[in-house]
Amino acid sequence: MPDLSMNIEHVTRIEGHGNIVVDVKNGEIKKCQWQVVEAPRFFEAMVRGRKWDELAHVTSRICGICSVGHTMASLKATEQAMGVTPSEQTVTLRKLLKHAENFQSHVLHVGYLVLPDLLGVGSVFPLATTHRQAVLTVIRLHHLANDICDLIDGRTTHPISCVVNGFTRLPDLKALEKIKERLTRAIPDLKAVMEVVKSIADRLPAFERQTEYIGLKSEGEYAIYDGKIASTDTYPVEEYRSIVNEYVVPQSTAKYTRHSRDSYMVGALARFNLNYEQLTPLAEKVAEELGLRAACYNPYMNSIAQLVEVLYSVEECIRLIEEILDKGLKREDCRIEVKEGRGVGAVEVPKGILFHEYTYNKDGTSVWRPTV
Amino acid sequence: MKPKVAFFDFAGCEGCQLQIVNLEETILDLVSQVEVVNFREAISERGEDYSIAFVEGSITRQADEERLRGIREKASILVALGACACTGGINALKNFQDMEEVRRIIYGKRSFYFDTYPTRPLQAVVPVDYYIRGCPINKNEFLKVTKAILLEKRPEIPNYPVCVECKLKENTCVFGKGMVCLGPVTRAGCEAVCPCYSSGCEGCRGLVDDPNTNAQKEILQKYGLTLEEAVGKFRIFDGYLEVAKCPI
Repeated sequence: MPDLSMNIEHVTRIEGHGNIVVDVKNGEIKKCQWQVVEAPRFFEAMVRGRKWDELAHVTSRICGICSVGHTMASLKATEQAMGVTPSEQTVTLRKLLKHAENFQSHVLHVGYLVLPDLLGVGSVFPLATTHRQAVLTVIRLHHLANDICDLIDGRTTHPISCVVNGFTRLPDLKALEKIKERLTRAIPDLKAVMEVVKSIADRLPAFERQTEYIGLKSEGEYAIYDGKIASTDTYPVEEYRSIVNEYVVPQSTAKYTRHSRDSYMVGALARFNLNYEQLTPLAEKVAEELGLRAACYNPYMNSIAQLVEVLYSVEECIRLIEEILDKGLKREDCRIEVKEGRGVGAVEVPKGILFHEYTYNKDGTSVWRPTV
Repeated sequence: MKPKVAFFDFAGCEGCQLQIVNLEETILDLVSQVEVVNFREAISERGEDYSIAFVEGSITRQADEERLRGIREKASILVALGACACTGGINALKNFQDMEEVRRIIYGKRSFYFDTYPTRPLQAVVPVDYYIRGCPINKNEFLKVTKAILLEKRPEIPNYPVCVECKLKENTCVFGKGMVCLGPVTRAGCEAVCPCYSSGCEGCRGLVDDPNTNAQKEILQKYGLTLEEAVGKFRIFDGYLEVAKCPI
């Protein structure tokens, strides 16, 4: 192995500020670090003293890309703390939102951020000239995914109408019907994207290493909204701290985590490896076409797993909308009885498993509960 | 020659830059009018020669001040993007707490690794030319402001409250539903999206220049709500202004 000194300050085309530092001398790796250097924001401290009905709107601001997921994990944690079980209608609408977010985020990642790498250019912009049809198809898909969120909760980034125990406004059924038609038309679009990716998928590095994958697992479906924590075994969500095992390192403002090995991986590939048997037929077919088989230990195949999940999310969106159209939507009373308690909420966001944990006083204000 | 544009971010969620991507098909028209030379989230190139800089996020540590000053020196126009950049936004919730304690809550015994100070908006560090407000920004307003800048015109930013836009949308007033709403004093431009979805305005766009605080107080009183409830809500996005003794 030749000597190597690499310092990539602020890796591009990712969310957040991260550096990669590698130092190899005389065939020995002296340093190999992933450094998250962005300014920390201290949400765990900032939510102290805020009211139960404000927390989802505060914590959605943790991440602009997966704010729907943060909202869901937050609402679920508050509902558990207050002993509230949301209605079937609320859960159906939330799942629809989760799938729309997954759809939007994965299309953004695969289409806008990964495709330029595979085609050897610095960004999606030159592709608008060289691969115009593909880019327009990706935009059309992205647009549709965002329109679903806009319709149900006001916007994709920082949802407005989903609140503890329900929704402040329900979507219009005629508008949902139109979305369903567009989703059906999106399937040929997705197949076209899949063909583009397939034609260049051999450019993905064949890098494999044994990895622990962690994600949610549910008996009823490929888990996105609910489930137990799964690795080689499953654990109740309440025990998440024993799985996550956060620790602080000097080079990273984001904490590191470990479970059975030095590190573990979350996200689409983790979910695929854990739950592939629960995929819908079309998503399974795309996995097969693109050569993705569980258990896959190549982290670069995460983008392929995302594409597989997009198909799954689109099919689930269609199914959930049909269910809503069939049953209709009724206005529900979302008021709850405020009480003290502790709750943990877990969901799968596009980039992986997410937990929120809150402890509330009798008057419904959040208090800090130390880890140890 | 096309104007050279750059995007940067500090403490924030990057959701405002995402709104630009969410312009969908329109983004192709926009990028045909400019040369994007630096946009870490979307492109690999990192040009240091640019005339317009869009900056998201707030300033929470010394090192970031220096980076922001560097950007200011290079850009002839600096645009603050979103609540974090314009008012400090949600990040200023920590300004009401002891910084040592805040650090200890997150990092425990190793809190000395990472420095932080009370959150500041961009203009507390460098002069800002234009503000695109909101959490997140409204993508239509981003387009309007950007077009004006490219045409070398001064962008028109509303200086009337959200109530005006809300009435134009023919919404039922959310106060009638028992909610606290900051619409009477908050700067419009969001198309009243929160009241449209039956939720009270949370003031994420900051105050109008001359807020009618009496109107806000009167409506709170009319619906049996307290000023404390409104100030509590205002603190979510505008805590920096509260500490800076801005009247409400």
